Amino acid sequence: MRKRRLAAWIAAPLAVGVFATACGGGGGGASEDGFITVNSTEPENPLVPANTTETGGGKVVDAMFTGLISYDEKTSEPYNEVAESIETTDNQHYTIKLKDGWTFHDGTPVTSQSFVRAWNYAAYAPNGQSTASFFEHIQGYDEVNPADPDGDKGPQPAPEPTAETMSGLKAPDDKTIEVTLDAPFATFPTMLGYTAFSPMPDKFFDDKAGFEEKPIGNGPFKFDERQPNQLIKVSRYEEYAGKNKPQIKGVEFRVYNELETAYQDLVSGNLDFIDQMPPSALVDEKWKTDLNDRGEVKPILSNNALQLPLYLPEYQDPKLRHAISLAINREEITNSIFSGTYQPATGWVPSDAVPGYEPGACGEWCEYDKDRAKKLFDETGFEGPITITSNADGGHKEWISAICGQIKNNLGADCVYKPVPTFSEFLKMHDEQSHDGPFRFGWLGDYPAAETFLGKIYRTGASSNYMGYRSEEFDAAMNKADRAPSVEEGNKLYFEAEKILAKDMPSIPLWDQKAAVGWSDRLEGATVTWDRQLNVETVKLKS
Amino acid sequence: MGRYVLRRLLQLIPVFIGTTFIIYALIWALPGDPFAGRCGERPCPPAYIAEMTEQYNLDDPVIVQYFKYLWQLLQGNFGETYSGQMVSDLMASAYPVTIRLAVVALIIEAVIGIGAGILTGLRNKGFADNLVLMSTLFLISLPVFVTGFVLQVWLGTEWGIIRPSVSSQATWGELIVPGFVLGSLSMAYVARLTRTSLMENKRADYVRTAVAKGLEPRRVVGVHLLRNSMIPVITFLGTDLGALMGGAIVTEGIFNIRGIGGLVYDAIITKEGTTVTGIVTLLVLVYLLMNLLVDVLYAVLDPRIRYD
Repeated sequence: MRKRRLAAWIAAPLAVGVFATACGGGGGGASEDGFITVNSTEPENPLVPANTTETGGGKVVDAMFTGLISYDEKTSEPYNEVAESIETTDNQHYTIKLKDGWTFHDGTPVTSQSFVRAWNYAAYAPNGQSTASFFEHIQGYDEVNPADPDGDKGPQPAPEPTAETMSGLKAPDDKTIEVTLDAPFATFPTMLGYTAFSPMPDKFFDDKAGFEEKPIGNGPFKFDERQPNQLIKVSRYEEYAGKNKPQIKGVEFRVYNELETAYQDLVSGNLDFIDQMPPSALVDEKWKTDLNDRGEVKPILSNNALQLPLYLPEYQDPKLRHAISLAINREEITNSIFSGTYQPATGWVPSDAVPGYEPGACGEWCEYDKDRAKKLFDETGFEGPITITSNADGGHKEWISAICGQIKNNLGADCVYKPVPTFSEFLKMHDEQSHDGPFRFGWLGDYPAAETFLGKIYRTGASSNYMGYRSEEFDAAMNKADRAPSVEEGNKLYFEAEKILAKDMPSIPLWDQKAAVGWSDRLEGATVTWDRQLNVETVKLKS
Repeated sequence: MGRYVLRRLLQLIPVFIGTTFIIYALIWALPGDPFAGRCGERPCPPAYIAEMTEQYNLDDPVIVQYFKYLWQLLQGNFGETYSGQMVSDLMASAYPVTIRLAVVALIIEAVIGIGAGILTGLRNKGFADNLVLMSTLFLISLPVFVTGFVLQVWLGTEWGIIRPSVSSQATWGELIVPGFVLGSLSMAYVARLTRTSLMENKRADYVRTAVAKGLEPRRVVGVHLLRNSMIPVITFLGTDLGALMGGAIVTEGIFNIRGIGGLVYDAIITKEGTTVTGIVTLLVLVYLLMNLLVDVLYAVLDPRIRYD
């Protein structure tokens, strides 16, 4: 008997040790009154605007920070928020005046220093911020963030920065910022609405760890609480000085792993907004019946293309590149596979997403014409096979197989889909230039301007130019467009630059993405911004 | 008994170091650069990569990295994720939820499984026996995500009896349906295991003796027969708890339960080495302790088993 009692004495604390933490919890599941819930993913970086480039953190940062300008939710046209005026005569020297009355959530005023310090911090190489390159147009950027002479992968480390602040950035008084760019750049004012250009409070520079724990912004909502990997809550900032005063008390960003579950929650009224519909809800527009039409499909700043490895001898012939493009029936694939949430691309800048930009630069080369494709393909003497590479962790198999089928039928060449297990391995292949055929390329624009879809991708040596595309003609056209005296004229010149891409076809435009979002019947006047987020500034709750 | 437990506890140390090292080495040996996909389609600035590499000691050889990590761990520091969250915070919010889910699943599978097993084991070859055999076969052949989606859509969205997802508090009540889904497969095994074990022991000498002594049937079954038949079932339940905790990825995903399984899965996908090692270390500890608990329970159930 003694042994048995001893065993019980040993078993009890063991069991307690394993299970004790299970107690606790409790409390109701519904969100607070006046709060709305939005689906999200766990932010991948601390909630600092200059280091946030993915959507999970981006949503929260957008709600907490407001920059010099914002974009109209319907037209994507920029309008002034913190900025009173942005003036320039030559598109190289800008004078920005700030409005009065803007404060951070801790009560300190938003001054020109809040912007200048934040931008200098983001651009300074040793701070290692992921958005540093957004500041490359400002004079003195190459001193705070010098380029590596032998490339990023070269053996030598990048040289040490020779300055801590950019010489082109000055704050003569509390309400004025003077920016000098290294060359005229008409898109610069449009860039200022991107989150990386947000102002930062003094608290951030004094105590970074404290800031990361409880971020302080100047936006319509202030940080409330964060449960790691579960939710982030923000509540209305009563002193918000922006154009739209929020109508709701706050937002809860709830982390979901499965889109399908978020959708079920939305249908049953446990969630108020999803920024993406699961594929099952898109089939035959099932969401329209499930949600009684409470949703929207809207073009966004995102498109897909097949980039071509111009470093391989067989792909150096533009005829082959044109032949592949002509052999793809984009209409058929967008209808049958994407249930209408994508539309066929007509150029390298997505249509209907950039205000005042004329689509269709690709012209005849993006229209399906199998006879012409076959003729061009036969002229090249290339016999295949054509391998299309993509990461397999994002569900790309269906459309690539469809394209391969069309290539086989229309060109008579063999075509195979080559999946790579993860996105990071796929990016490594870009760096090593080890592709043996076309590869998938998706791009999400950072601000509603044509330049964001061209400069960083197709310029010689650009950071996302994985094709090895070099064209002096294109670079010159881009320089000319960057220096255009106005956005309108710039748009015309970017269109001309796109025409050069149509001639060279370094990548094959496939389709432009539309966002499909849905909301619950608690919301009134729900609208979607240019980056497919719920406009939390204007949405109301039904009383 | 005391010396046995002490010896087992000391054995935990090399096992613990061995498993954590293997996990640590494996997770950092996964192909691909952990920072490659962190800035969207554009490559991360070299300064950012240098900063992160420095922060996570990625320049050192794996063995040095491991000992740096182990040293931190001994000081109670599980490290930080790339987003600056303390791994210990992540675990502190996910672990209780997972334990609750696993306990609910374990209770459901134990109560229903053992109950069905006793029912069929005592009176074999009847209608009840066939019914249990059929339904357990059905449960075994049904994948978890089917049971999960069916219950979620019908009970949650269509009939509105439960919420389709579990709230961030994850109360015991909310976890009943997910627990049932998670435990359904093991429940079928437990029923079959109990039935077989009972049938075998029913013909044992000590049962015949007990009946011959004139003990009332309830006591024969409850004290003599059941206790001896429970040994394989307890072994199964004990090890199953670990599996329920670490392997609930599908169930957690369907019901959006923010537990350990989903956390590990995400961390593997995003190459958050510190998170994976931290959680798996904890799971290793749970497995080791549960095994010890099961072994100690043998002695309680069967007087013939001695450890000294």
